[in-house]
Amino acid sequence: MTKVLAVASMGGHWEQLQIVAEAFDDKDAVFVTTTQDLLKQANRQGFVVKDCNRNRPGDTLTCVWQCIKIIRNVRPNVIISTGAAPGLICLVLGRLTGAKTIWIDSFANVEKLSMSGKIAGYIVHEWLTQWKHLATPKGPFYRGELL
Amino acid sequence: MIIVTVGTQLPFDRLIKMMDDIAPDLGKPVMAQTGVGTYTCRNIQAAANYSPIEFDDYVKKCDVLVAHAGMGTVLKAYKYRKPIIIVPRKAALGEHRNDHQIATVSQLRSRIGIHAAETEEELRSLLSRDLEPALVTNDMLERRGQLVGFVRNLVA
Repeated sequence: MTKVLAVASMGGHWEQLQIVAEAFDDKDAVFVTTTQDLLKQANRQGFVVKDCNRNRPGDTLTCVWQCIKIIRNVRPNVIISTGAAPGLICLVLGRLTGAKTIWIDSFANVEKLSMSGKIAGYIVHEWLTQWKHLATPKGPFYRGELL
Repeated sequence: MIIVTVGTQLPFDRLIKMMDDIAPDLGKPVMAQTGVGTYTCRNIQAAANYSPIEFDDYVKKCDVLVAHAGMGTVLKAYKYRKPIIIVPRKAALGEHRNDHQIATVSQLRSRIGIHAAETEEELRSLLSRDLEPALVTNDMLERRGQLVGFVRNLVA
């Protein structure tokens, strides 16, 4: 059975992931976020990693290590993220292990993609924006929106 | 009850202070999730963070949400059909790394039940009115269905 790893930081990223999660309701899905309460509230099985961004190298290293352990343990076929940095880290690692990788840039990024979103463009199989005006023929692509 | 929330990552004391100043004139309780801000509220019940479950319970009961222009709160307004007033963070005032919230507000303010304010005056004016709740429209559901369907095919 397809195993999905769904990754999002707390806040808007997580709320958007919960909407798109309907797409893999019938699959074996494991969630990764940055605070335990969210897993409990949404009644999801999964893991918590250290929240991080490019300004916090120490936390980023911790997060990378946690994500390596999770991906080694879960062995997902598909990895999907709505942002931010921890999602990008999982997608990079997932690409290395042969998973299908999907990035959905947050609806909040109206004028340009987030930094993580731009980097994701070099890595993932499916590189999506939720804004038609940000889509280009070479990606990111628009396939609908969550809000 | 009115709920004020500014997310958990960056302070937004300007909004908290505006609501603290307005609160005595509203005639209903105001509570705030102030995140990492340092302003001390005089007139409203404030906490740095409520647990997600507790916070959702408050949202279910509230009349209006007042928030920074974060997607998490906007989605909650839709989920629980509440009016929401969004106030964008400004990079020039050190409230965010960039001005993307201003762009978000300009895109969302025309939607049903999403109201925008930048100044205390605008906030007061909106809060004195009976505001329409955020409503998930058929157009939205269609665009959402499109993306969910696309992902479903990828995962299959």
